[in-house]
Amino acid sequence: MRQYEVTFIIDPVLPNEEITGAAKNYQEHLTQEGCEIVHVDAIGLKPLAYIIHKRSSGIYYTIEFRTESQDTIEKLELALRRDERIMRFLTVKLDKYGVKYNEDKRNGLIGKSKKEDRKRSDDDNEEDNRRGGGGYQGRAKTSPPPPPPPPPVAKEIPKVIPPAPVVAVDEEE
Amino acid sequence: MASKDEIKFLTNPNIGKLRKKYCRFKKFGIKHIDYKDPDFLIQFVNDQGKILPRRITGNSLKYQRKVSEAVKRARHLAMMPYVTDLLK
Repeated sequence: MRQYEVTFIIDPVLPNEEITGAAKNYQEHLTQEGCEIVHVDAIGLKPLAYIIHKRSSGIYYTIEFRTESQDTIEKLELALRRDERIMRFLTVKLDKYGVKYNEDKRNGLIGKSKKEDRKRSDDDNEEDNRRGGGGYQGRAKTSPPPPPPPPPVAKEIPKVIPPAPVVAVDEEE
Repeated sequence: MASKDEIKFLTNPNIGKLRKKYCRFKKFGIKHIDYKDPDFLIQFVNDQGKILPRRITGNSLKYQRKVSEAVKRARHLAMMPYVTDLLK
C-alpha cells in the first residue's frame, strides 16, 4: 500500500455547488477505484503567484489516499486533465516522513509549534545583538560629556571581555 | 564573575565575528519539507524567486535537494512565482 497526495486548483469563477461537487466527484472516483481515502483538505481560495487561464486566484483541494495499483494514478490524472474546471494538479507519492508529517499536521503538532520555536531562536539572537549594540550606543551617548573618564573604562574592559562571552555561551547551552 | 548584563562593551563584540552556518533541518530534526507551505519555502529563495545556493543557506546536500524539489512543486501549483521582482 502506497500513500499518495493529489493537490488540484479549481476555477474560482464556478458556482459554489459545482466546486464542492467537483471535489466530491474525485473522492468518489478514488473510492470506486478501490482506494482508501485518508484525508481531504479543502484549503480554499488562495491568490495565485502568477496568472493561470486568465485567473489570479484559485480554490485549492488536497486529497490523501492509499492505493495498491499504479493504474489508479493514471486514471485519476487523465480525468483531471480532461476536466476543464481543474486549472492545475500535482500528484505526489509520500514517503514515511511525509505520512507522519501530514498526520502530525492534522493533529495540530506541526506548523505553529515549530515555527514559534524557530522564531523564538531568531528573536533571541536578534535580542542578543540588540543588547550588545544598545550597550555600545548607550556608552557612546554618555561618554561625550565627560571625555576623560571613558579611556580608563576602556582599558579595564578588555581584560573582562575575553572570559565573559565564553561563560555566557556555556550557560546558554 | 560578572553576569552578562553587567558587562559593558566599548564596541559591539558581535561585529566581525563569523557565525558558523548550520543545516537547520539536521539541527531541528525536520525530516519532511512541505511544498504547500510557501511561507516556509520563501526563506530559501532570493527576492527574484531563485533558489539560494547551499553556501548561503547552509543546508546539507540531502536537505538542499528536498528544498529545491519542494520549491519547484510549489511553483507548479502557483504557490510561489517562477520569476518575479521584489518578492520579499
